[in-house]
Amino acid sequence: MEAASVPATRPAAPGQAARDFVSKYGLVIVLLILPVWFGIKDLTGDEGDLSRLGNNLIDGLSNGSIWALVAIGYTLVYGIVELINFAHGEVFMIGSFVAAGLFGTIGLTLDTGAGLLVIGLLICLPLCMLASGMLNTMIERVAYRPLRSAPKLAPLITAVGFSFILQNVGLLWLGGSQEGIPDLIDSQNELLVIGGVEIENGDVLAICVTIPLLIAMTLFIGRSRLGKAMRATAQDPEAARLMGINVDTTISLTFLIGGMLAGAAGLIYALYQTTIWYFQGFTAGLIAFTAAVMGGIGNIRGAVLGGLIIGFIQQISDNRIGSEWTPAIVFMYLILIMTFKPSGLLGEETREAG
Amino acid sequence: MTGTAPAPGRDVEPGTKRGGVNLPPWAEKAFIPVFFVALILLPFAMDSGGALLGDLTLALAYVVMALGLNIIVGFAGLLDLGYVAFFAIGAYTMGWLGSSFFSSVNNEEGIHIGVQGAAANLPGIHMNFLLVLVFAVVFTTIAGMVIGLPTLRLRGDYIAIVTLAFGEIIGRLAVNLDQVQFSELPLIGGPLGNFFGEEQVITAGRQGITPVDKIAFPGMDPFTSLELRPWFWTALGLVAVVLFVNFRLRDSRLGRAWIALREDEVAAVSMGVPAVKTKLLAYGTGAAFGGMSGAYLGSFLNTVNADQFQFYFSILVLGMVILGGLGSIWGVVVGAIALSFINNWLIPDVLNTLPADVGLDFDMTQISFGIYGFLLVIMMILRPQGLIPERRREAEMTHADEHADESVFVARA
Repeated sequence: MEAASVPATRPAAPGQAARDFVSKYGLVIVLLILPVWFGIKDLTGDEGDLSRLGNNLIDGLSNGSIWALVAIGYTLVYGIVELINFAHGEVFMIGSFVAAGLFGTIGLTLDTGAGLLVIGLLICLPLCMLASGMLNTMIERVAYRPLRSAPKLAPLITAVGFSFILQNVGLLWLGGSQEGIPDLIDSQNELLVIGGVEIENGDVLAICVTIPLLIAMTLFIGRSRLGKAMRATAQDPEAARLMGINVDTTISLTFLIGGMLAGAAGLIYALYQTTIWYFQGFTAGLIAFTAAVMGGIGNIRGAVLGGLIIGFIQQISDNRIGSEWTPAIVFMYLILIMTFKPSGLLGEETREAG
Repeated sequence: MTGTAPAPGRDVEPGTKRGGVNLPPWAEKAFIPVFFVALILLPFAMDSGGALLGDLTLALAYVVMALGLNIIVGFAGLLDLGYVAFFAIGAYTMGWLGSSFFSSVNNEEGIHIGVQGAAANLPGIHMNFLLVLVFAVVFTTIAGMVIGLPTLRLRGDYIAIVTLAFGEIIGRLAVNLDQVQFSELPLIGGPLGNFFGEEQVITAGRQGITPVDKIAFPGMDPFTSLELRPWFWTALGLVAVVLFVNFRLRDSRLGRAWIALREDEVAAVSMGVPAVKTKLLAYGTGAAFGGMSGAYLGSFLNTVNADQFQFYFSILVLGMVILGGLGSIWGVVVGAIALSFINNWLIPDVLNTLPADVGLDFDMTQISFGIYGFLLVIMMILRPQGLIPERRREAEMTHADEHADESVFVARA
């Protein structure tokens, strides 16, 4: 309040320079700590080169592309209705479950030839996306729309409620333990090795599905009429309504797109990890949300960047610290970002974060 | 500052402070002693070691916890999804300071402060329950303020996420620290290793610290698991303390500051409400109640197990607050008892075989959290103000449309 009315010529308060530095570069430095630390350790240790870090990077990027797809769902929804869609991680989980079911229904097995496999997966992908997208739209219709004029606490609580309902749906669907599915794409198979860095089938799949989807979505939002409506609604719903945009439809569409991307991520996850279970959505949701916040919530490019970075950090932690600590480390990052730079890497100050 | 009750359906007038049930103030005051005398006599009407008394005792412990969360979410409007952290810290305080877990302490002779009976001869740290309670309150208050600090600049759902992350970190630590020895900790590992023993791990993870000392008041024999009446009365005592503090706080300067911050932070701050102090006090007070209940439950359940401290529990307690009515003290009491009975009696004992009876292949207990999720959704859509609403909240939740032009009532304020 006070600062706004003071002329700009006022001498900077002591420590202002340090504070500016922290807010500008603090997040980047914090993000670099883990890779740099382990990189130095590799170089000075037995291995003597960075190939292990390179492998972490590749695995991290393919994992991260999954988180990026989920994170976009958070960012889109947050941008337009300013709500954390808690159930989004579960939408992703249901996407994985639908994918696993479809593999069986279509008859994809380990013996299926490469050509048929590609065709089969190309059939599965839109179906998964559609299922998750419809589910997300349905959640919006049932749990968020009736509460649009209620205090903000209300839709957040229904979101948590729906997240639990969907977890239980998953629990009843495939039981309470990790369920293995056939490793259709032989995801651990080394496709090529560059300088000690192994690129596996799973990595290629993740990149090959994610990049076209991201391009398609960016084009849709940037170029199409509906995308324009989405951006307008995100900026100012009242003004958008006055300009003749159907805000309800636009919001539904946003949830549909977010859900579709989560469905695609679910399919990749199922093929990449080859195990699925009802609880995957909870962790994935929080990781992806961290990614969205890291990139700057409401910013699609930020969500992708955040997803890739989180994937890398997660891979380093899984590989070197122990996967049982990964959630705690990701959450530590989440709290650090929220505390010191809630606007994220690419975002602008929002009402919530400001 | 009692104010007159506004007619139902009308807006709350500025300056009306008293929430609660729609009774005149004297009725609330007269109701409490009658209610408590009835409750004190209640255990004589039932089997002293029976399941019903056990469920009731558990319900009272949950009431303490729900009233704590009510301060954070209901009064101050800070949605805390990591409340389980305080349960965990309270329970671990009990587990650490009232069991044989630290078996090498003091040359395997143990440290005993104010304990009688069998526990006085066991290794490990054994402190009197009242002392443990004090420690639990101190630890959780500090933890509450630490968790509150990063959320001070944030609002709304960001707070929910940060608290959720804290809760998850505490849960993770509870699970994983059974692999970490005190002597391995950086910097302070040496002295800690000397004190606790080189091999001593920090938590017992999913195995759980068990058995935990039974509650024993100074000069009295420890409680036993066969005679539940003293447990019930102790829990009732905790509830009485917490209720008293809740009512006094709600009608105090601090309580009004919480509600002012909840309603409109910018307006409250510009009227001179110190936001930082007020919010931290909300976190600290709410956390302290969670810690009290956690320490009690650690002893009552006779185990401090990492599986108890998962996200589900936060939502269970939040469900109690929502069911009863955000910010409404009596509502939260009713909500906590109701949901506790649904959780510990209705679903596992009564309805558990229902799906099997109609030909479905699962137990009701498997989907209990789906049921709570459904409950949250239904409550928020059909009766967001809760079973026994607080008046101010009711006005806010049900007459939102009439005030669509007032920023307080609009989602995108």
